[in-house]
Amino acid sequence: MSKFLEVKNLSVSFPTEDGVVLAANDISYSVDLGETLAIVGESGSGKSVTNLAVMGLHNPQRTQITGQAFINLESGPVDVISAPTEVVRRMRGKTMSMIFQDPMSALHPYYSVGDQIAEAWGLYNSGSKRDGFARAKEMLDLVGIPDVDKRVNEFPHQFSGGMRQRVMIAMALVNNPSLLIADEPTTALDVTVQSQILQLLGGLQKEFNMAIILITHDLGVVAEVADRVCVMYGGRIVENASIDETFYNPLQPYTVGLLNSIPRVDKLGSHRLSAIPGQPPSLINLPRGCAFEPRCQFASSVAGNLCKTTNPNLDEKSTDHFARCHLSTTQLHQLLAKNESGAK
Amino acid sequence: MSENILELKGLKKHFKTTAGGFFSREKAVVKAVDGVDLTIGHGETVGLVGESGCGKTTVGRTVMKIYEPTEGAMLFDGEDITHLSRKDMKPFRSQMQMIFQDPFASLNPRHTVGTIIESSFIIHGVEPEGGRKKAIQDLLDRVGLNPEHINRFPHEFSGGQRQRIGIARALALRPKLIVADEPVSALDVSIQAQVVNLLDDLQKELGLSYLFVAHDLSVVQHISDRVVVMYLGKVMETATTESLFNSPRHPYTKALLSAVPIPDPKIERMRERIILQGDLPSPMNPPAGCVFNTRCWKTQAKCFTDVPQTVEIAPGQTIACHFPEPAN
Repeated sequence: MSKFLEVKNLSVSFPTEDGVVLAANDISYSVDLGETLAIVGESGSGKSVTNLAVMGLHNPQRTQITGQAFINLESGPVDVISAPTEVVRRMRGKTMSMIFQDPMSALHPYYSVGDQIAEAWGLYNSGSKRDGFARAKEMLDLVGIPDVDKRVNEFPHQFSGGMRQRVMIAMALVNNPSLLIADEPTTALDVTVQSQILQLLGGLQKEFNMAIILITHDLGVVAEVADRVCVMYGGRIVENASIDETFYNPLQPYTVGLLNSIPRVDKLGSHRLSAIPGQPPSLINLPRGCAFEPRCQFASSVAGNLCKTTNPNLDEKSTDHFARCHLSTTQLHQLLAKNESGAK
Repeated sequence: MSENILELKGLKKHFKTTAGGFFSREKAVVKAVDGVDLTIGHGETVGLVGESGCGKTTVGRTVMKIYEPTEGAMLFDGEDITHLSRKDMKPFRSQMQMIFQDPFASLNPRHTVGTIIESSFIIHGVEPEGGRKKAIQDLLDRVGLNPEHINRFPHEFSGGQRQRIGIARALALRPKLIVADEPVSALDVSIQAQVVNLLDDLQKELGLSYLFVAHDLSVVQHISDRVVVMYLGKVMETATTESLFNSPRHPYTKALLSAVPIPDPKIERMRERIILQGDLPSPMNPPAGCVFNTRCWKTQAKCFTDVPQTVEIAPGQTIACHFPEPAN
């Protein structure tokens, strides 16, 4: 059975003066209606670039995109990568929609929020401006903005950060899209407002049975909302598994390191954080072998310098759990156990 | 030597702005910091947390005398620095330094790393033993950068490395107190831990005191000995890290902690959240009574009329609330 969105072998690269930046490299993932997929990675890991390609938002003159991204509509699958621009444009906002990190720069400062939401609605609905405003009010009410009759005529600068993000969500959902891509939707917000927004998105997802792709670097947010997780590093997916597998049985040293390096509010104590040494790789000169090899604590445990010379495949290490590492599951577990006993 | 390196007593910083538009003559006052008491002991790290707009950055900047305090007193190592002039302040400046949030904006792009760090020596007329160049290279080495990179420019470094340059600059004059304003929030997750560990090590080695201003409670929990929670210019709760995170007594602290996501899906599924409604009110027009009354779920009539006094509810734990949460 095929899922609602299936991305297959998607690569995105940008030719620059310094060389070709391979921002996303052979990415495959899928997400179904009602499901939340979290894409986790540091800046420059390729998480946004991949999803902008799915939305058809890259400049075709400056970007090389290969691979496929199928959206399985009732009328049949559409590959948004090879489909004509016009087809993708008509899907944007209706089939798939996106919200961005910074709502202030994504909203137009000269138009009232009602105008902007009504415009998005008007693209796919024939109706008067009054109908559009009525729909805008309905949406603002849905996303929990109080005093809608007054607020609908206000401008973005009159809203707080959290309220702006709600306006963005209202605008993205005005045509009932089936897929919502949320690119760091709560990164610019305070934690108290973040939990409001995440709760809102969760509720709307249930109500409309949406597929959500959540792009984030915050593993706490991932634990709160995701069903499945893709971890990206150096433009590649390095681990792809269910939420519980990712957190309780990570099979890629980068994921292991990431989980160990974050302090947690529920674990008191002034233990030293186990930081991952070094820097993320440059996407212009990716190492020939595994991109994480220079920072990996286990690379020396792999025989024959394999990590330096050969990039590992994204293998299915256990049922429905994919990871990109030369170490077998048993080897990794042994090394981790050894580390733990060493720490004690 | 005084008992505390820094002591703030009823510190206030009010900004005047125009109310009702640019051309309006009516003046309004933003009470960014409105009566903050805070002490930092020698070698101690005090975390200052709160949502954006709560005044935590303003406290840090007022301590550095970037802003002139409106009211209250600031004692640095027992000496009153509240109203010192620029000139009289200079000897204190070398003892307190700041690390900034944005490692891209806080380093001059036209200066080399060496020049950036050397400027501290020049301004304060310090001639370190073995010469400035050697001192700078030692500093670079100390913060985990290659001492040979002394002639490189900031753009040649990554975000985490730039933050290390900022730290090296802050350390140059061997300060006693460092005000760190969101020092890791602009960094990637895997780099954050590196910088937090570096700050930890430097404290142990050099006996530094930190005022650690941040919104990320997990980082604050990790690095701080004590934590001060601010809301709308006022201190809501002060406690040791352990009591604050195990047994928060102010409803706002409790809500703030419950909003922090924990990277553990099983715990997340079990957790009961307190979701605060609405946003932070405008500091230009704070609510009467307790400032938290617009979002609190425990309000009674008293909360809208009487400003709660700060009381010690447990040893070392003070809160400003009429109806505190029970101890855990």
